[in-house]
Amino acid sequence: MIAYTLKRIAIAIPTLLVLIVISFLLMHAAPGGPFTSERELPPQVLANLNAKYGLDDPLWKQIGTYVWNIVTGFDFGPSFVYKDRTVNEIIGAGFPITLTYGLLSFVVAVTVGVSLGVAAAVRHNSALDYAAVGLSIGAQVLPNFVMAPILVLVFTLWLGWLPGGGWQGPETWIMPVIALSTSFMASIARITRSSMLEVLGSNHIRAARAKGLPEHRVILRHALKPAMLPVISYLGPAFVGMITGSVVIDIYFSTGGIGKAFVDSALNRDYAVMMGVTILMGALTITFNLVVDILYGWIDPKIRY
Amino acid sequence: MVATAEQTAEQAAPAAGRSLWADARRRFFRNRAALLGFVILVFVTAFALFGGALAQWSGEELDYAVMGQVAELGGPSLATGHYFGTDDLGRDLYARTVQGTQISLAVGVIGALIACVVGTLYGATAGYFGGRTDSVMMRLVDIFMAVPYMFILILLLVMYGRSITILFIGVGLISWMEMARIVRGQTLSLKGREFVEAARATGVSAPVIIARHIVPNLLGVIAVYATLLVPLMILTESFISFLGLGVQEPMTSLGALISEGAGTIAYGTTWQLGFPLLFFCLTLFGFFFVGDGLRDALDPKDR
Amino acid sequence: MKFRLKMAVSALALGLATTAFAADVPDGTTLAEDQSYTFWLLDAIKSIDPQINTDVEGSDILRNLFEGLYNEDGDGQLVPGVALDHSVSEDGKTYTFTLRDDAQWSNGEPVTAGDFVYAWRRLADPATASEYAWYMELMQVENAAAIIAGDMDPSELGVRAVDDHTLEVTITTPLPYFPQMLVHGSTFPVLQSVIEEHDDDWTDAGNLVGNGAYTLTEHQLGERVVMEKNDTYWDSDATVMDTLTALTINDGNQALTRYLAGELDRVDIPAGQYPRLKEEYPNQAVSTPYNCSYIYMLNVGDKGPEALKDANVRRALAYAIDRDIVVDRILQGGQRPSYNWTHWAVAGFERPELDWADDMDQAARLEKAKELMAEAGYGPDNPLALTLQYNTSDDHKKIAIAASQMLKAIGVDVTLDNYEWKVHTDRMQNQDFDMARYAWCGDYNEASTYLDLFTSYSGHNNGEFFSDAYDQVMRDSKTADDPLPLYQEAERILADQMPIIPIYHYANVDMIAEDIRGLPQNNVNNTWYGKNLYRVAE
Repeated sequence: MIAYTLKRIAIAIPTLLVLIVISFLLMHAAPGGPFTSERELPPQVLANLNAKYGLDDPLWKQIGTYVWNIVTGFDFGPSFVYKDRTVNEIIGAGFPITLTYGLLSFVVAVTVGVSLGVAAAVRHNSALDYAAVGLSIGAQVLPNFVMAPILVLVFTLWLGWLPGGGWQGPETWIMPVIALSTSFMASIARITRSSMLEVLGSNHIRAARAKGLPEHRVILRHALKPAMLPVISYLGPAFVGMITGSVVIDIYFSTGGIGKAFVDSALNRDYAVMMGVTILMGALTITFNLVVDILYGWIDPKIRY
Repeated sequence: MVATAEQTAEQAAPAAGRSLWADARRRFFRNRAALLGFVILVFVTAFALFGGALAQWSGEELDYAVMGQVAELGGPSLATGHYFGTDDLGRDLYARTVQGTQISLAVGVIGALIACVVGTLYGATAGYFGGRTDSVMMRLVDIFMAVPYMFILILLLVMYGRSITILFIGVGLISWMEMARIVRGQTLSLKGREFVEAARATGVSAPVIIARHIVPNLLGVIAVYATLLVPLMILTESFISFLGLGVQEPMTSLGALISEGAGTIAYGTTWQLGFPLLFFCLTLFGFFFVGDGLRDALDPKDR
Repeated sequence: MKFRLKMAVSALALGLATTAFAADVPDGTTLAEDQSYTFWLLDAIKSIDPQINTDVEGSDILRNLFEGLYNEDGDGQLVPGVALDHSVSEDGKTYTFTLRDDAQWSNGEPVTAGDFVYAWRRLADPATASEYAWYMELMQVENAAAIIAGDMDPSELGVRAVDDHTLEVTITTPLPYFPQMLVHGSTFPVLQSVIEEHDDDWTDAGNLVGNGAYTLTEHQLGERVVMEKNDTYWDSDATVMDTLTALTINDGNQALTRYLAGELDRVDIPAGQYPRLKEEYPNQAVSTPYNCSYIYMLNVGDKGPEALKDANVRRALAYAIDRDIVVDRILQGGQRPSYNWTHWAVAGFERPELDWADDMDQAARLEKAKELMAEAGYGPDNPLALTLQYNTSDDHKKIAIAASQMLKAIGVDVTLDNYEWKVHTDRMQNQDFDMARYAWCGDYNEASTYLDLFTSYSGHNNGEFFSDAYDQVMRDSKTADDPLPLYQEAERILADQMPIIPIYHYANVDMIAEDIRGLPQNNVNNTWYGKNLYRVAE
């Protein structure tokens, strides 16, 4: 287990390097530099800007310096567009926000999704089951960029219950979390339901029931753990989906997270921020997949590493 | 994903004989949800292919009679010939929904195909050769899996302009890794079977074995996975369209129509969201139901 | 010429005499308890460093945190800022400004002429690498060009502190509108000691020291900017509004929803919504002219398509577009159809008589367009294929779609090309386009800010329309007693050669909360100051 974990971490490093190199090359090959502005800049100003950001070095040296600064000082350099900020500052300001609503959404999606799925499976073919299935199918196909404006329209404009955006305390967290978590909650509910049904029909549950254990114990102690396996393997893709979804959340709810910062940096050719966010997201994805795998092994000891 | 791989490994093994396909077909059509999904897909496809014949307007001309007063005059109406109403510029939403459905289906199907072809070849190769080749190839997959693809796709579309080719390839390349893993798992178990060994013993080359003997035996898994992949591709495309990076005007996709409609939802033109969203949801439902149905049908375990 | 300069000076003096400073609250007004003003930003503020900022939105923040030599009032007339007045030398090349002695930085230090000298040199200094360094050049400040090019030391810049309260500026050619240019944020003073102490972090809330009516208390990137009243400001007694908040909302429709929910006091109205809102909220929806002009630039240079080298084809393209539809059916916000380049509301400008604008209706123009196309050898059997490039925006997209349909009517096949702003600009600067959407907002309220653009020596003439006659007219206008006839001549050349297709002149289309007073009513640059605002009790 520990050896496996170490091996995975060892893979993470070349992965990040590949990521850095690919995105670096992609960006530098693209038309429209970070300093393309409405009026063509005087050569001296452009030269100074390029010198300031190290863009006048050969490409290999730029990549080298970049990686070196990250490794030695965790320094992602200054932003090309937000000139009075560094990438560290931008990520430092935006990431806690994204992390907050991301984690909340994750917790909501998993708890509500699993409960709904288990309830539906236990009351198979009941009204509750049908309602849960209908709801989760509906929620799964409704894009969050449709849900977000509807939420604002209803809760902000019509009911006046919640502020329509911003990031000023728990009041402003509610709608982002709903908009981000719903479709994942639905998927989790669907997966839980079908895997729970399968487990409930299996021999060891029949045996547990035959022993006369009360139903809630059968479900919680014996059925839930094996039924969670497919859910756990869905968490990886769900996590990646949430990262993507944060872009929509930031745009509609003006939360100031890094999803929007990424899109802006791509549009503005802010190489530094774009690289910083991409690397951060890559690192997060790697970490998360690792956690999921370890969790998986803990639940299902049959898995060999 | 490990779970899926192992489950499907068990299921696919007996799918070698022809009669099993007939069996699967019978099971599939007995499944009411799957049947409903199938009917929906037939309907949506027919709408995409032939719906244009019923349109009274092209999706490009501006109806100057309603332009500027779309909220009042541009609603769905048989009299004006705009069955689904018009968009903000007075363009016929029916014709545009037909076109959007075509594009979305195309992106979904082609994207899924690309993912399947690349994933299958890669996975089968890794699984067949095994050993060091396998571990290097699968390590590479691990590395690729950690790349935030949506970000890379956004980068590509922003920097190299919106091209439908990049879109097709981009959404396809996002998803081939999962496919590769599943196929590799299957191939590992198939590789030791008699018919493969027999082929190898008679000196058939590796690419031919993979193409003739391994891949055909994986078709069931591939079909299931591909069907479930299509809606994901369509969702991805809709997200890209929301960012304004999707297909170019005057062409459109369901995602583009929905995001336009969602933006103006407060202005009394709900049909601009409603109709495209209806077809969007129908398409996704169809693929989800059919995909689930296929999985159940190809799964020999009795439900 | 002497006469004109005198006029400029006396006009300014008049402005100084009659305009009140700060919030002009009429007697008998009951002010609201809550004196806060919340406005909308589409995007995160890129920089609040006066010499680095390049955006209109950043300028809105800068004007409240800093104060330059002059400010503008609600009608766009100059009123004193840090400078009380100025005198101009006989040759029109030396300006001497008298600075007020009660101006203070928010840390209590006095604002001196030296702070302006430092800021201006900083703008021109290549080491600052400001994208707006060219503004010093535009102002014709002596040696600016050489300093920007790195050929001269920044200390050689033609700006000098005679004493703490006297600033002397030397320019290379007389510029009648020079004082107007001083309203621009890049000329605002900054405090050297603060910049040197904090380096790049000097604009963080807490570090930033300004001389404006407000201080920066919070800046959460992409979320909000909060500014509180600055008690060290020389006119803080007359400043009513306590707090200014700027909310970033990336989606215009969302911003409107939140305005309607009462979260904002001012928001732009999205295209097409003005008539409905005007009916529903007659006292909140307003449309005022805005100093920007929207065109399709044609690539008439070597890299452009052969067809566009023919002025008749260019005119046909311009004639075929029905501007009334763009303005009345798409934008619907009080914008005006345009048949020329300079915005109609620019001070002292009057559009010349143009036959295609004044003597023809759209049917006649369309007829003429078809005729011109046929003469040039294009028609239904031999369609002309062109691309139309626009940068990402819902409005640009809608107009481009409509234009492509209109051009279809004269047998032009238009392919739409949508790019992000940076790529769009890059392609234009490399002459990689046929037709491209372009808009220009006047840097100051005078026609030359528009017309200079199409001289062969301009940095913005991406379509490469090179005309000796045009250049000569614009050169002459710089020294003319009355430049208007020359400006009109320039517009006539543009209408005749049609290197651009004028589409419309902008308007500011806003929802403004009913209880907010003091926003400019008649300022084409929409230059507003928080210190002039107040909220009345309902």
